[in-house]
Amino acid sequence: MMDHYSLPHKIFLYVCVALFLGFILLPFFEMFMTSLRPLEHLFRSPYQFWSDDFSFKAYAQMWVTVPMLPRYIANSMFISLSVTALALTFIIPAAYAYARFDFKGKTLSLGIFLAVNMFSGAVLLIPLYKLLRTYGLLNTYFAMIVPGAAFLVPMGIWLLKSYLEKIPRELEEAAFMDGASRLYTLRRVVLPLAVPGLMVVGVAVFLSAYAQQFLFAITFNSVKEFMPLPAGILEFIGFQSVKWNQMMAASIIGILPVLVIFLFLQRYLVAGLTAGALKE
Amino acid sequence: MTHASGDTLAYQGESRGPSQKQQARLNGLMRSQATFAWALIAPAALYLMLVVAWPLVETIRLSFTNANIGGEAYIGTANYEKLLSSRKFSQTISRTFYWMFLSVSLKIILGLIGATLLNAAIPGRALFRMLVMPPWIVPVAIGCFGWLWLYNGHFGIISGVLQYIGILDGPFEFLAYKNSAFYAAVVTDVWVGLPMVTIFMLAAMQGVPRDLYEAAYVDGASRWYRFRRITIPQILPVIITMSILSIIWTFNSFEIIWILTEGGPRSATTTLIIDTYKMAIANFKFGQGAARAVIVVTLLSVFSLVYLFALHQIKKRFEAV
Repeated sequence: MMDHYSLPHKIFLYVCVALFLGFILLPFFEMFMTSLRPLEHLFRSPYQFWSDDFSFKAYAQMWVTVPMLPRYIANSMFISLSVTALALTFIIPAAYAYARFDFKGKTLSLGIFLAVNMFSGAVLLIPLYKLLRTYGLLNTYFAMIVPGAAFLVPMGIWLLKSYLEKIPRELEEAAFMDGASRLYTLRRVVLPLAVPGLMVVGVAVFLSAYAQQFLFAITFNSVKEFMPLPAGILEFIGFQSVKWNQMMAASIIGILPVLVIFLFLQRYLVAGLTAGALKE
Repeated sequence: MTHASGDTLAYQGESRGPSQKQQARLNGLMRSQATFAWALIAPAALYLMLVVAWPLVETIRLSFTNANIGGEAYIGTANYEKLLSSRKFSQTISRTFYWMFLSVSLKIILGLIGATLLNAAIPGRALFRMLVMPPWIVPVAIGCFGWLWLYNGHFGIISGVLQYIGILDGPFEFLAYKNSAFYAAVVTDVWVGLPMVTIFMLAAMQGVPRDLYEAAYVDGASRWYRFRRITIPQILPVIITMSILSIIWTFNSFEIIWILTEGGPRSATTTLIIDTYKMAIANFKFGQGAARAVIVVTLLSVFSLVYLFALHQIKKRFEAV
């Protein structure tokens, strides 16, 4: 009864939803439409909403305009995967410690970890830039992997901690009783049970790593061979003209992997991400 | 001995009591747990010290120098004095606050509206909930490439539609004029931040006990009344959390403005972060950039403290009820 809506009310709700989603999805829609249009068509004024010369040609031509495109995509994947692996090696033990043990300074140290979320990379760039420059590490993958992973560690610890807390302690204690060492228990008892949680955290870290590449790439790297896709796409903006249709096609290719990952895992991701934050 | 391990002992005891040796071992493990916990945390802590804490301290040190690409020398508070007496910098500060205020309030208001819509029991809402997500998970930079094209005056759809319905009588380059560029950047920033705010508020709304609504419904309370008197107070902690997170992220927001305008036209979209980046990385004036970064960090710390205080107050009020 309470959830019953009258017809005008229902229509009103759908119109509002349409407006809301329209705003959210407009750039994606327009990206896709633009990628289908020939370049000459794009530069027609006044604006034309529809025409009959749509084609997928831009998706073929973009590899010619920016020959390094496959390399950029591979770089993006490589950097994101490395960041994820690096972040997880720090996240897993720390999250386990926070989920399982009581010790002095627990709340305080966890608070300090979370405070890292306050800073974006942009604030800390200056010393990092100087440091990387001094050690000759500018223009390397290292420069785009090691600083970036740090900002994902606190989030990962928090998410994984909430998951690990739900795993019953009895199994670990049984393993201790049978003489297993603590590290052995962590590796062979806890981690296998935590696989679903590890997946959520891993995917969340990967998506964030994939999303945050731009800043570190344009600041710490100027070598084409190492550029990740978001920075590489800027190459479509040439001195003479911008190949907008191809740029949008490349952007679509760039967001496709994350959309696919998200589509498959969205239920677990949303539940996992919000659960940690809503718990008081 | 803790309660949890006591349980285990009883469980073990079903077959045979734990030997003294096992008992001693468990006691030993309980005692050493702090050491073990710190050993597990140490790698993450050391890593963050190197990549976050040290740069922070180094930024503070550099802000008292004239560091640049060639070298550095201690110059006391000269960088700060220069900033505080600069009219341009005070404009940047007020612009940053205006930017933050506009963007955050829009995110919170639209987020509340969006969450309410997605929480309504209408067919298709599972799909709608999914369709909200893309701006959150897609790389910000790539989303901004899309907006860059949308804002194009001659060939972008926004200018096109506005001309079609007669609001504009000719092409209008949104990113070429001071005011429109600023508001265009706000809209894009809202677009980037809105999905997350919406989803968290939705999750909070779903957590509100249903019997509260049913009781109010039985008493004849209208939807609007229920929203105002039940939903809002119940999800207030999440609203506050989302506000502060939005404040921090909007304050730190770099890519959006950098891709759309690089801080222009004529500094109209130069926020504190953009100013810092330009000074330090584009002009290699590390010292002056660092002074700006220190101001950013100080302001962010103030916001966070206000947040902790607000959350504490709310918790106290909740516990009192």
